[in-house]
Amino acid sequence: MEKMSRVTTALGSSTISGRTMFCHLDAPANAISVCRDATQVVVAGRNIFKIYGLEEEQFVEKLNLRVGRKPSLNFSCADVMWHQMEENLLATAATNGAVVTWNLGKPSRNKQDQLFTEHKRTVNKVCFHPTEVYMLLSGSQDGYMKCFDLRKKESVSTFSGQSESVRDVQFSMKDYFTFAASFENGNVQLWDIRRPDRYERMFTAHTGPVFCCDWHPDDRGWLATGGRDKMVKVWDMTTNRAKEIYCVQTIASVARVKWRPERKWHLATCSMMVDHNIYVWDIRRPFIPFATFEEHKDVTTGIVWRHQHDPYFLLSGSKDSTLYQHMFKDASRPVDRANPEGLCFGLFGDLAFAAKESLISGDANRKPYPGGDRRYPIFFFKKPDLTEQFAHVSSALSVFESSLESKRMDWFVKTARLYLLSGKPFAELCDHNAKVAKELNRPQVSTTWTMLRIMFSDPANLSTPGPNHIGKLGTLPLMNSFSMKEMGMGTESRLDRSKGESRQDNIHLELGNSLINSNNDENEETEGSEGQAEYMFGDAELDDDDLYSMDMFFSLVFSAEEQEYTLPQEAFPLRHEIMDNPLAPEHLQQDKADSPQASGNEAEVMCLTPIESFSLISISQPLFSPHLPAPFFCPVVREMLSHYAEQGDVQMAVSVLIVLGDRIRKEIDDLTQEHWYMSYIDLLQRFELWNVSNEVIKLSTCSAITCLNQTSTTLHVNCSNCKRPMSNRGWICDRCHQCASVCAVCHHVVKGLFVWCQGCSHGGHLEHVKNWLKSSSHCPAGCGHLCEYT
Amino acid sequence: RQLCAAQRDRNRADKSVLACRTCRNQRLFKLTVGFRIPRPLGNGPSRFIPEKEILQVSKVDPRTQSIFEDAFAALGRLDNISLVMGFHPQYLESFLRTQHYLLQMDGPLSLHYRHYIGIMAAARHQCSYLVNLHVNDFLQVGGDSKWLNGLDGAPQKLQALGELNKILAHRPWLTKAHIEHLLKAEEHSWSLAELIHAVVLLTHYHSLASFTFGCGITPEIHSDGGHTFRPPSLSQYCVCDIANGNGHGHLEERRGNHQVSEVSGEVEVLMERMKQLQECRDEEEASQEEMATRFEREKTESMLVATAEDEECVPSRDVSRHFEDPSYGYKDFSRRGEHVPTFRVQDYSWEDHGYSLVNRLYPDVGQLLDEKFQMAYNLTYNTMAMHKDVDTTMLRRAIWNYIHCMFGIRYDDYDYGEINQLLDRSFKVYIKTMVCSPEKTTKRMYESFWRQFQHSEKVHVNLLLMEARMQAELLYALRAITRYMT
Repeated sequence: MEKMSRVTTALGSSTISGRTMFCHLDAPANAISVCRDATQVVVAGRNIFKIYGLEEEQFVEKLNLRVGRKPSLNFSCADVMWHQMEENLLATAATNGAVVTWNLGKPSRNKQDQLFTEHKRTVNKVCFHPTEVYMLLSGSQDGYMKCFDLRKKESVSTFSGQSESVRDVQFSMKDYFTFAASFENGNVQLWDIRRPDRYERMFTAHTGPVFCCDWHPDDRGWLATGGRDKMVKVWDMTTNRAKEIYCVQTIASVARVKWRPERKWHLATCSMMVDHNIYVWDIRRPFIPFATFEEHKDVTTGIVWRHQHDPYFLLSGSKDSTLYQHMFKDASRPVDRANPEGLCFGLFGDLAFAAKESLISGDANRKPYPGGDRRYPIFFFKKPDLTEQFAHVSSALSVFESSLESKRMDWFVKTARLYLLSGKPFAELCDHNAKVAKELNRPQVSTTWTMLRIMFSDPANLSTPGPNHIGKLGTLPLMNSFSMKEMGMGTESRLDRSKGESRQDNIHLELGNSLINSNNDENEETEGSEGQAEYMFGDAELDDDDLYSMDMFFSLVFSAEEQEYTLPQEAFPLRHEIMDNPLAPEHLQQDKADSPQASGNEAEVMCLTPIESFSLISISQPLFSPHLPAPFFCPVVREMLSHYAEQGDVQMAVSVLIVLGDRIRKEIDDLTQEHWYMSYIDLLQRFELWNVSNEVIKLSTCSAITCLNQTSTTLHVNCSNCKRPMSNRGWICDRCHQCASVCAVCHHVVKGLFVWCQGCSHGGHLEHVKNWLKSSSHCPAGCGHLCEYT
Repeated sequence: RQLCAAQRDRNRADKSVLACRTCRNQRLFKLTVGFRIPRPLGNGPSRFIPEKEILQVSKVDPRTQSIFEDAFAALGRLDNISLVMGFHPQYLESFLRTQHYLLQMDGPLSLHYRHYIGIMAAARHQCSYLVNLHVNDFLQVGGDSKWLNGLDGAPQKLQALGELNKILAHRPWLTKAHIEHLLKAEEHSWSLAELIHAVVLLTHYHSLASFTFGCGITPEIHSDGGHTFRPPSLSQYCVCDIANGNGHGHLEERRGNHQVSEVSGEVEVLMERMKQLQECRDEEEASQEEMATRFEREKTESMLVATAEDEECVPSRDVSRHFEDPSYGYKDFSRRGEHVPTFRVQDYSWEDHGYSLVNRLYPDVGQLLDEKFQMAYNLTYNTMAMHKDVDTTMLRRAIWNYIHCMFGIRYDDYDYGEINQLLDRSFKVYIKTMVCSPEKTTKRMYESFWRQFQHSEKVHVNLLLMEARMQAELLYALRAITRYMT
């Protein structure tokens, strides 16, 4: 600061003072510029062209340059610049392609001095030479830059960028002859003002337009550029090839960039869209802005430091029709609000904690962590840099490892793997899950499952198996083995039996299955019509008629079979439209589940069941109804689920939710459900339990969850001949024009489902490979690999 | 091989049907009930362009071939739109990539929503071709067929989009309020990302409908769908439909006869004008006021350009149930009661603002659209009819800016006098019809402009029109969204 005041006095100007202030303009501003002695600022826009005086407490309108009853487009400014040597001289770039100079010294009201209409398109930028009084440079949408001598009527030289529009031109501060130009195609060119035939150097700075560039005021080699790709880059131009030395990633496209005076590492940026703040960055700390000005309500269009040697005053104009003077001391410092502590749980209960060193060392005398202290304080030091104004934070990182068995997450993984969520009748699922929980030494969970089973099973069922189960918690009930046996039998026998003693169980089965059932039916139909039913039902030995007359029991068989095929299915490049299945059954289901109308299907089934069970009650157990209806328990169960979720066992909450399905779903609001699902899926994925997480996604009824399955379903493949990536066709390579995916068995091109070994990458038609592997365990291509197709 | 087979089928089918296909077809349908043999309704992919002019699938150069193959692989079909666009393979590639991304790849909207929005947009212009195409796709991705009974059958959320669709298609000057209405509708509200996706889809299909009519795309043989939708011949597709020929047709014919003598030199005159404009641009500098009036004049004149028949052509029932308020059409903006301020491109342009907004909310799409716009705008072969090595930049810019001018979008740095010099009346009629009420485009219009130009060049013009229209709609929509966000 002392240095600062010295500089200003050395310059002989009155010390600048002021406060953060603003004034309303009548119209949005496009650009602003300040005169050399920092006492006046010019604001230009489509409908505004005014000069304001900067006073201690406020802006004062000095002059309106927009005169005439119906101002022409020449007044519609895209850019403005105040000459830094000659204080009466201004230049504007008009949207209609005119370059206009203004002389404030003129006595008349219209201060317009010269008018150059050489550009064919909008002029994006004008720039005076920093030391030469009469030299003006312009860059336009038509791809040309023109250099004007203000003593002449027309341009003295034209530079062709050989590309579309020029977005910015800037004279170098130090090199008398050099200027930089940035282009819409991402290039930056360096020119020598004496050589209009060819640029000195060109390099690609950004992807997409480079909106702005700025030379470092002190360091002659540095050029900052900002682009639509949301980056600010600093280039070292002293070497042969322009070298990117710093890069700041912002959150929106960068419209303007200006180096901060007297601060070697600082620059200010504002954005073109969406983000209205002005940021000052320390380029060595590209992740967090050094300072932020948040006053504007719409996009900031122009920023300029008030004085070229004073780093404390920033002026800005905006689309919200205000002109601001920002004081640096009033800026907000995001770094102060940033949290210097970090905390993260590892997968298996480990905990990493980083915090300010001072905080940690204060605790250092504390008693060691009981669970076997494995603390590694790691200290990060950065060489203190005096010029850097960031607060120095040195953090210590400690890692706590939990060694207690109880804290391990093994149970979670095992439970996730072993739980059954669908595919069996409700009671069986409950029993199975109860057993799993019991084996993992979680009696409470186990009991919960059993309770659920009792609460929600049909009263009719409970009469027989109910007591049984309470007696021997979690063992496989007899009923299961019974119905399994039954499934192997033919349709007629089932009918017979269901008339007999196993009636109650059947209802049971139907209840639990209704959901899957309807899904699977659709699957069967599509697959069947494709003539692929043979392998889908491999051993079931059914002829086609049976296939279509199949009832739910066979869909059970089917789902068992299906499990066998889950892996190969994943290996296919699943797209949104699977070519082999014109009806795309999977999406059919999911999308149906999404739409409220479609869920009517399930609802119908569900309302059917109770009626049936009712009639059964009346037959088997007339006049006796010792059990309360299922809805009675719903509030209890809801509470129970919330309890589990709050305790951190979201696994339980979600599993119960899925198993209970419609019985409980309506009781819990969608947002909570979605939240639980999301957390559980997140956990599963951390443990790399992809299959389970996919199952959960598929079984969930929240539309927000089921649609997770639709994202990122592209699989990229390389050509087997030339090893280069293939474009969107799967079977022919664009480059080597070879059919890439040839079936190793039949040597024909595979255009549909393609299965291949992850080991040797040979493969072919699913059926062919399957057949092949029945007889041989070696790869059909003869590579000698022992392939495993599961 | 499949492609060739399909082509062969089509050729064979063509031979067996005589000139007046549509009417005969309809009669056939009546006569032999229950015996529906699909027959193609038109000669090849376009009604306007003789089939032999359009590239034969088997004879195209390898690049186009591979693009066709890609398209076929991605969609399982090669639609007539792609075949016609095949004149310009570079563009086609970019177009298909964008369309594929919009419909198939990751995005905020679910698949059936996307197709349904496509249907809504196409139906707004009564484009039965696109509607049929997407009805199939919609059902294929698991859409609920109840929705197809009309917008009332669709979820509330989509119904709310109906209004936006209507405005965007005909008078795209949207305001913040429109956007707010969609985003703040409690449970049926749209998220910003979804809205952007929807807007891009709507504009894409509005402009694609323009292209479809502008090039007279005929429906594919399989998409006739006699059972679900009547063959799309009712109002516009039948070549021998008398309604199309009468009325203004006679006038045009007469005018056409007058023009015949001049026609031969049409191209040369146009080239001469371009040259003159190029040269004398610097000498005679119009005043600013003059420029402003030129824009206004072009704007007003564009309204006076009659769009063929003014009679309300009643949309066929099947299509009209996808949108409400069929009477709502393009209204010239200053004719309306309220004044719509001119949209200045310098204040809100695609490159600076639109791109960033789209890319922010729907990643990668901004890039794809940007490439597509640039491709369409910069595409040139440096030819005009039989002349080679012509710089057509001026002409292309005139067309592009004329379309934007019709939507009230002004370029400060453009002299709208050039449009008058370069675009003659019959061409303006065509542009205006195609952009504002594409369903009224007739073959006569297509033929009456630029008589000496090749079909590929006319398709090129159509591409320009389509992209310019899409950008115009997008600009209005995105500006409204931006205003909402600030």
